[in-house]
Amino acid sequence: MEGRPLKQALARAQSRAKRRALLLVVPLLLFIVVTFVAPIGQMLLRSVHNDAFARNMPNVGAWFAENDGAPDEAAYSALVADLRLARENRTAGEVGTRINYELGGTRSLFTSGARGADDLEPPFATSLVEDDAKWADPQLWQVMRTASHAYTASFYLAALDLTRDGDGNIVRVPEGRAVYLSLFAKTFALSALITAICLLLGYPVAHLLATLPLAKSNLLMILVLLPFWTSLLVRTTSWMVLLQEQGVINNTLVATGITDTRLPMIYNQTGTVIAMVHILLPFMILPLYSVMRPIRPHYVRAARSLGATSWTAFRRVYLPQTVPGIGAGALLVFILAVGYYITPALVGGASGQLISNLIAYHMQDSLNWSMAAALAAILLAAVLLLYWLYDRLIGIDNMKLG
Amino acid sequence: MVADIGDGFVVFDHVQKSYDGETLVVKDLNLSIAKGEFLTMLGPSGSGKTTCLMMLAGFETATAGDIRLDGRPINAVPPHKRGIGMVFQNYALFPHMTVAENLAFPLEVRGIGKSEREAKITRALDMVQMGAFGARRPAQLSGGQQQRIALARALVFDPKLVLMDEPLGALDKQLREHMQFEIKRLHDDLGITVVYVTHDQGEALTMSDRIAVFNDGRIQQLAPPAALYETPENLFVASFIGENNRLEGTIEEVGPRSLVRLQTGELIDATPVNVHRKGQRTIVSIRPERVEFKPDMMPANAHTLDARVLEVVYMGDILRTRLAVAGSDDFIMKCRNTIGQTRLEPGQTVRIGWHPADARALDPL
Ligand SMILES: Nc1ncnc2c1ncn2[C@@H]1O[C@H](COP(=O)(O)OP(=O)(O)OP(=O)(O)O)[C@@H](O)[C@H]1O
Ligand SMILES: [Mg+2]
Repeated sequence: MEGRPLKQALARAQSRAKRRALLLVVPLLLFIVVTFVAPIGQMLLRSVHNDAFARNMPNVGAWFAENDGAPDEAAYSALVADLRLARENRTAGEVGTRINYELGGTRSLFTSGARGADDLEPPFATSLVEDDAKWADPQLWQVMRTASHAYTASFYLAALDLTRDGDGNIVRVPEGRAVYLSLFAKTFALSALITAICLLLGYPVAHLLATLPLAKSNLLMILVLLPFWTSLLVRTTSWMVLLQEQGVINNTLVATGITDTRLPMIYNQTGTVIAMVHILLPFMILPLYSVMRPIRPHYVRAARSLGATSWTAFRRVYLPQTVPGIGAGALLVFILAVGYYITPALVGGASGQLISNLIAYHMQDSLNWSMAAALAAILLAAVLLLYWLYDRLIGIDNMKLG
Repeated sequence: MVADIGDGFVVFDHVQKSYDGETLVVKDLNLSIAKGEFLTMLGPSGSGKTTCLMMLAGFETATAGDIRLDGRPINAVPPHKRGIGMVFQNYALFPHMTVAENLAFPLEVRGIGKSEREAKITRALDMVQMGAFGARRPAQLSGGQQQRIALARALVFDPKLVLMDEPLGALDKQLREHMQFEIKRLHDDLGITVVYVTHDQGEALTMSDRIAVFNDGRIQQLAPPAALYETPENLFVASFIGENNRLEGTIEEVGPRSLVRLQTGELIDATPVNVHRKGQRTIVSIRPERVEFKPDMMPANAHTLDARVLEVVYMGDILRTRLAVAGSDDFIMKCRNTIGQTRLEPGQTVRIGWHPADARALDPL
């Protein structure tokens, strides 16, 4: 038989089945696109795109496009024209907010500037500055210049504690105002600590689960899963009850005389770590368990019969076989911890806040969504980097989640 | 039965084992294994073979009794200090190490230097004809090859005693027979002591110096293969090893050659084994290949029985004939397929008999 017709016949015969199969996954595909791909794309876009200034201040924008260097009379008159426009359209607040993101205390400058713009007489270079000396600030003009482009990297710069000075050079923000880098570092450090504690606590439990007779291991498994069946808030608040200064643990410690002073165990980093370890522990135990279950005791026995002490047998024979589970569990716990929000918000106090809490702050309080998006994007990039590193070091196909 | 178990390379001295504190899985095990011996533990599933091996290897502790290795009690010696090589049923090769690393493992934990290690590994791999496979992972080997590597790993550190728990259980028949031969050759070449567990009687008969037949946590009989097959001491051994015919009856006359009256009234010859007095009930066991129907093949004045041929199965080397004898419908007679052999037909009647030494009158239990 000829090769071509056979191939075509096969394709024709299979195309119906393929179409039907595609039809079956379409709902899920749509769901993922609508709820996952689109929002993430939107978020990434928002982190580099903010046209609040560019849209509402066309004249200064045009001046910035044609000139660089210090503002002249033409620049000031364009600015005043825009301020008048802003007053008319009631957009001065929006514009001020955009500039305020990068230069503190400038929102009111724009709102009051717009209010008085109609009364100003040329030359505007003097009259506007007489009205408020801040209009002459070269850094303000620098910020306006960047903001006149709808697309900007300034949110990423800010998220990395960087800013532009009056000449447009990228510099570090002053010591006192740098918050993000140290918070990223703290988030990763605490997440690493939480992952390590989870591994240390979870490994023996998973081993027990994998080796106990079925009836007992089922019971233990229920205990491990029990936290999943309880509301996250309930679990977190019960930690508050336990850990607070007048809480159960402190009362016990003092009553038994182990300590005289009550230990601060909540509303700080300790509280965040304790509560998050508890919440994330099952995510470590389950992948470990699924890797350990099929490892038969014969391996360790063989190692022992070959002359290895129980420690050597564990280290050289058992442990290497559980690496896929350790990798999966650690990656899972770490990624979850890096983005965790509710628990640090409730029990973290001031020092136990993580980067996600700051993202939430920008979403809900300062309403600087671009900043929140930039921070989230950096977090995403860091996690992807980690994933890539893991793939290079251990191999992602080696990972076993269940 | 227990005579001198005092000396011997491996000694089980009144060993008992219970897992749950209620039932004894091993009941009073007494066994002495000589240096260089190939001893097989044979028995049905659940008879306690693996348990005995595990106690010897140190993975289970004896509930009572002593286990001695080379004269020293080893109950308190941890497994890694016993220096016993072990081959597991499913090989237990470390999946994350190459073949060479697997073999290096017992040498490394003994602190043996690199050059000596490599020499030993090469020697061990050559021994099982797997020299070219050092860099492979166990998953890249066939079952038979994994088997050899497991064997090489158990031997590479020169243990005096090697335990094997159904090492050939997962292999097909041809490979199994080949490996039986290989293991036997290694045993002869290296002069090691081997304790071998199997529930395949063919394997036990071809390989062993002595076989310990296990049932219900006890050794039923401990004897060289031929003795076990030809002179079983009880009904369990007689029916577990090879095929056998059973005839029920009572002892009519005791002596070196006694008479047994069957339930249907006929008299037959038998050798009394563990029956002693007249009138005692007994089961007579006769191997199918020792049954004769041609008068000239039977000893003079042998008692004979009427038999009707029910079925003849042609099996190539033998003709397996099913007979109706003394009320039983599944009395088997095996005739060699030789040129002059008389072919029997279903429905034909013959008279069958045997040498009294081949019919063993056993305790009915
Ligand atoms: N770890 C254990 N815990 C409890 N009972 C056990 C354990 N290991 C074995 N047994 C029981 O002890 C008895 C003997 O088991 P053992 O494994 O020694 O048999 P075996 O002769 O090796 O059988 P097989 O030929 O099937 O391997 C069995 O009834 C078994 O159920
Ligand atoms: Mg067994």
